[in-house]
Amino acid sequence: MSGKKLFAPRAVLRTTRPSRAVSMVVAASVGVAGWMPLCAQAVPISTERLAASQGVTSEAAARARLLSTLARDDVAAALAERGVSLEQARARVAALTDAEAAHVAEQIDQAPAGAGDFLTTAVFVFVLLLVTDILGFTKIFPFTRPVR
Amino acid sequence: MTGCAAVQTDALRMGAGALLPPRAELQAVPFFPQTDYHCGPAALATALVAEGVPTTPQVLADAVYLPARQGSLQTEMLSATRRVGAVATRLPTRLEPLLHELAAGHPVVVFQNLGLNWVPAWHYAVLVGYDLPAGEVVLRSGQQRREVMPMRTFERTWVRAGSWAFGVRLPGQWPAQAEEAAVLEASIGFERAADPPETVVVYRSAVARWPGNLSLQMGLANSLHAAGSLNEAAEAYKAAALLHANAAAWINLAGTLWELGDAPGAAEALARAAALDGDGQWREDIAALRARMVP
Repeated sequence: MSGKKLFAPRAVLRTTRPSRAVSMVVAASVGVAGWMPLCAQAVPISTERLAASQGVTSEAAARARLLSTLARDDVAAALAERGVSLEQARARVAALTDAEAAHVAEQIDQAPAGAGDFLTTAVFVFVLLLVTDILGFTKIFPFTRPVR
Repeated sequence: MTGCAAVQTDALRMGAGALLPPRAELQAVPFFPQTDYHCGPAALATALVAEGVPTTPQVLADAVYLPARQGSLQTEMLSATRRVGAVATRLPTRLEPLLHELAAGHPVVVFQNLGLNWVPAWHYAVLVGYDLPAGEVVLRSGQQRREVMPMRTFERTWVRAGSWAFGVRLPGQWPAQAEEAAVLEASIGFERAADPPETVVVYRSAVARWPGNLSLQMGLANSLHAAGSLNEAAEAYKAAALLHANAAAWINLAGTLWELGDAPGAAEALARAAALDGDGQWREDIAALRARMVP
């Protein structure tokens, strides 16, 4: 058992990790489900890192980029204005695979969102680009300023 | 080019779909009429309930609906499925595998562009039936419980949205025509969102289908480890390490043996890892583990 204690906490540090806040949320939810919080990551090399080493994904850092983006106050405020809470956003990022996180990071201002009613392109593109413009990802509308 | 022809429909109706039953319809699949822009939650709830996962669009809306975007991102449809304990697997970007899913009794979540390439109107729906002789498909879509659409029209709207579709299964099952890469991606995504014992079931079934896939083997071993089955995990690491002569597998084996109190075995595994790590890719991991194993 002592070997496990020595191995596990260090292993958490070794894995590519989400932010502390996400780690705590994940640990809390894992704990509620009855699992030792540290068990879930107690191997040095995660499946995602291994898969990345096999060329399955090459963007293991994308999630960290997304989370660091979310950690900015201005981004959080802009998301809140648009009806998305920081916790929701972080939980979503945490549930993405590295490849998906890379995709989101890359496509966040282009990915189509499904909508049942026929949206006019104008409204859709405006909302889409305006939001991303506010977040500072794009520079499409000259009359919007990034929050920062 | 894409979006104009309906070449797959034509080919299937001309005989390429000979392996398919001529028609199939999953009448028992439930229907959740969408409200406003909530086609994503409605479609996802439809597929989940059909596969035996009780939920509602209202419950899912928080997970997949972006108010500002008035819609749901595709990746979120996949991750939300995993967070409720089901496995979401991307299907091949061809029409025939979708119809095979229906013939096997499983609905398919599809992404459509009901507008034009330059005037997009994105939409999620659930494919529940097809009729090759009549050239039609049946969808749970929007406000319509049973939308019958010409297969050619469906093909165009689906291809126009990137031929994007996924199947939902309980852990341990896979769409028959899912490809290896899609299964790996689905497994890794599930591992990220679900409890270790469920993840073990998912990886075990994937390894059974592709026993030579190192990433799947490592996923199985890692999830066994996370579930606390250290002896089984060690066996799985060892199998992967020996089959692939892979340093990472030896490293995780070393860590696990160390936890099990087998210091000599751990040291030997770590030596094997170091010998295989010619390019130094895992050097830091090896050094960190070695430092910890010093008495």
